[in-house]
Order: sequence, then C-alpha cells, then structure tokens
Amino acid sequence: MKLKFILPLVLFFILVGFLGKGLFLDPREVPSPLIGKPAPAFEAPVLGDPSKTFSTADMKGQVWLLNTWASWCAACRDEHPLLVEMLAHDIPLYGLAYKDVEADALKVLDEMGNPYIITANDADGTIGIDYGVYGVPETYIIDKAGIIRYKQIGPITPESLRDKILPLLKELDA
Amino acid sequence: MIALRPILITVALFLSTLSFNMPAFAVDQVSESPAVEARLKKLSIELRCLVCQNSTLADSDAPLAQDLRNEIRKLIEAGKTDEEVVAYLVARYGDFVTFRPPVNATTALLWFGPFLMLIIGLITLMIVLKKRAKLLASDETLS
Repeated sequence: MKLKFILPLVLFFILVGFLGKGLFLDPREVPSPLIGKPAPAFEAPVLGDPSKTFSTADMKGQVWLLNTWASWCAACRDEHPLLVEMLAHDIPLYGLAYKDVEADALKVLDEMGNPYIITANDADGTIGIDYGVYGVPETYIIDKAGIIRYKQIGPITPESLRDKILPLLKELDA
Repeated sequence: MIALRPILITVALFLSTLSFNMPAFAVDQVSESPAVEARLKKLSIELRCLVCQNSTLADSDAPLAQDLRNEIRKLIEAGKTDEEVVAYLVARYGDFVTFRPPVNATTALLWFGPFLMLIIGLITLMIVLKKRAKLLASDETLS
C-alpha cells in the first residue's frame, strides 16, 4: 500500500519539474518556422547609398549573418558594441535597417561604429515580415546554399556568440 | 510646484528598458471595399499578434500588427483565399500565430491531453469505487 502515498508524491515532483522548467523559458521567444528553409530572397537599396542595391542572390555560396536593427530600438544599441567587437572575428555580418529613417540609422553607425559589410534598407518593413521579424534585434545565420540555419531572437550576447554562433559558423564554413 | 522633470525622466528611462522594440509609425490603410474589411476582421480575430501575444491581430495597436493587417488586406485584394492568407502568416511566424493550432504531432498533447486526463480520472474513480464496494461488502459479512 506504500504506492498509494509515493505515487502522488512522484506526480507532484514531475509537475514541479515542468513548472520549474517553465520559469526559465521565455514565452516571447517564438521558434522560427524558417529554420532549415531557404532565406527569403530580397533586393533592397543600400543604406547610405540608395543608388546601389543589396541582393540575397549575391550571397550565394557564402555563409553570412543578417542582423535586423533600427535606430529607435534600445536593445539594438545594447547589442551594437558586441557587433563592433565581432569585427575582430572576421564575421560576415550584414545589416537590415528595419523600418528606420535613413538619416537616423546612419547617425547610429557614425556614432557607434559600423559593424556591417553592407546594410540593406527595409524602410517599410516588408522584408522583415518575410523573415518573420517580430521584435528587433533578430539575427539570422544563412549557409552557403542560402538556407537559414539559426535565428537569434533578441540581442546577441557574449554567451550566444561563443556557444552557438561561432561554433555554427565554423561548422558551416568547413 | 512639483518638479515634473525627474518624474518624466524616470518614466522615459523605464520605457527605454522595455525590450520589445517597435517603431511608432505605422497606419492602417483601411480598404475602400467593406467586403475586404469584413474578411480581414474575420481572419484577424483568429490570429495572434506577435508583439503583445495575448491579443488578436484585430485588436492590437502594435505597429507590426498594423503592418500585418495591411499585408492581409493586400493578399485579400489580390484574391487569396482565407487558407492562403493563414498559410502566408504561418510560413513566417509558425503555428503560434493561429489561435487554433492545427492538429499534428507536436500539438497532439495540447488537443488530446484534456481527454487523456479525463480518461485517467475515470479509471481512477472506477478503481476507488470498486475497492470501496469490496470493503463495504467485507464489513457487512463481518457484522
């Protein structure tokens, strides 16, 4: 008859386990259905030089990162210094200025440093919608075949850079 | 005279810590056709706003929700069916955007879990009742 007492206790601890795990999950983090799928193609004017365009077609055959950001986004400013530091790692980082005023975005790059090889200008946010952006900053890692392999929701942190992004880039580059 | 400035600065600092960042400029481009608006309404109450996740796309004021409503208007005007519009959003944001997620392997527990609990409860109840009946019967034989 011991089971009668142990079983509820075991069930209770299983429940506590699930609830405890739930405390450390971020309900705002919506997993992207785009991982493992081709990155949506786009062509957009280059920030600061609208006569030129940036096209995803030009990126075929390379591993690259697309970082969505905006001058009005506080979390992006928090992330910015780390992006500038990433220059040292020789990471192919491209920017997407999401729903921003061009002059404001350029001012940020001027004041805080420009970590991007090129920044594409998504003034009306339609490219963002294609990529499933719901809160900048978001960063995508796209492989040589143009497949999205990873999405960082929210700012890149030193931990996510060390544990996820750098190892994945190494693997994809090989 | 209460110094307003420190209060305003505090409020501004607090607002700047909100991690969800969306621009302030976005406007609903309401369609001239009432039919389009009616279909948008019907669709958007079934869809989740990604920014304020417990509101529907219909009643969210988040700029992204406005952008998405405008996209849905365009899709409806382009003659897309309701299923195609929902598929468009699911392809970008996942099943999470639908308030009625589709039945598949990952959502099976969500859909059938309550019934499973009900069955477990009924089985437990039956076992307990049977035991009790047995106990009562043995009590009667004793007396």
